[in-house]
Amino acid sequence: MLISPRLASEMVELTLDHLVLVGISLALAAAAGIPLGILLARRVSAGRWVLSVANVVQTVPSLALFGFLLPIPLIGGIGKQTAIVALVLYALLPILRNTLVGIQGVDRAVRESAVAMGMESRQVLWHVELPLALRTILAGVRLATVTTIGTATIAAAIGGGGLGVFIFRGVAAVDTTQILAGAAPAAALALLSDGGLGWIERKLSPA
Amino acid sequence: MTAPIVSFRNVSYRIGRRPVLDGVSFDVERGETLVLLGRSGSGKTTALKLINGLIHPTEGDVRVEGRSTRDWDAVRLKRHIGYVIQDVGLFPHWTVARNVGLVPGLEGWDRRRTGEKVGELLERMGLPPGEFGERYPRELSGGQRQRVGVARALAGDPPLLLFDEPFGALDPVTRFEAQRLFLELRRSLHKTAVFVTHDVREALRLASRIALLANGRLEAIAPPLEFRRGETAEAREFLACLEPKEEEC
Repeated sequence: MLISPRLASEMVELTLDHLVLVGISLALAAAAGIPLGILLARRVSAGRWVLSVANVVQTVPSLALFGFLLPIPLIGGIGKQTAIVALVLYALLPILRNTLVGIQGVDRAVRESAVAMGMESRQVLWHVELPLALRTILAGVRLATVTTIGTATIAAAIGGGGLGVFIFRGVAAVDTTQILAGAAPAAALALLSDGGLGWIERKLSPA
Repeated sequence: MTAPIVSFRNVSYRIGRRPVLDGVSFDVERGETLVLLGRSGSGKTTALKLINGLIHPTEGDVRVEGRSTRDWDAVRLKRHIGYVIQDVGLFPHWTVARNVGLVPGLEGWDRRRTGEKVGELLERMGLPPGEFGERYPRELSGGQRQRVGVARALAGDPPLLLFDEPFGALDPVTRFEAQRLFLELRRSLHKTAVFVTHDVREALRLASRIALLANGRLEAIAPPLEFRRGETAEAREFLACLEPKEEEC
């Protein structure tokens, strides 16, 4: 099985397209999920409620979620933006949950002594809670990244582009080469980012 | 000054309907070590948290330096008071030196002054800064961690220190040494301390006065010698623990 120059250049193009899709979605999910997790960590009952909503979103099959979003004005329609909205919704849960759990998991005695020593709540957050929760938060980002790289292949179903274009084309034409041209780079991206983020996680782990 | 550094005026603290402290009044005199003795759930830890404003009384008034804890700025009050707890609560991601320098850092001391203070305190605690300063809390034994916790509480030079069963998790030998260090510090630093424990031996050894709490009420308050006379039922229960045949209390 040879890769023609045309296929090769299309693979590069769609891989980059895929990365853009994943990158934007993760950036948005992290920008929303981490602050939201921090806020909810201090409100136990609200936190539980938001987590269960996020859990429900997670149970909607991805193809169906893309489909549901299509007819919604402003965020829906054919193309990248609908795909990004769906991917953000998926990536949000692991990031939000790990931020919340990471902060709530900080040793009670550590937090209590920080307050009792006269740290203001902002200082407790920046100097104690976030550094100690960092590893858990990063684990959430890593999980979200790997899942999003896989789920993003379905974006092609609604014209979102990315490596899924190969896969859908290959399935329609019963062409294994095309399917592999989409699946292999997606798998490689997932493995690479998993390894890379895992490495960062170990590097940054507190003490 | 002769005014008490802390005074409880008819203080009650309730969680829902349940009274944790019930109409408690006492003073802490400058320079003394007042030990709050009581069983689990007697309200002694609650009393400590009322002093540094972690919680506020449901009824009555707690005054520090003559001012109600409600009128203090919450952060200023806490930095005015050192606090040591059983689980120590050192920051695991900070070195020993940085942990001890926490309050000076918050107070904006310069690097040199902070460094000197940290070094002096670690030395005093028997933890030479050259050997221990750059270690992390997980690299210390339980007794060493507790001494770092005491150094951290002393770093801002607060006139008042609160101890919440600080030696409760230590083995008997280490605990005995920690108590000796405590007495030494008391002699050299002239700080006021409020010390919570359920160990009557520890109370008798460390206290200038013992305040006995039972079910949220103050049963007795007396110097150790007088306390030994056992004038209330609860005091006799505690004193019974001192008899050689009894199990450890």
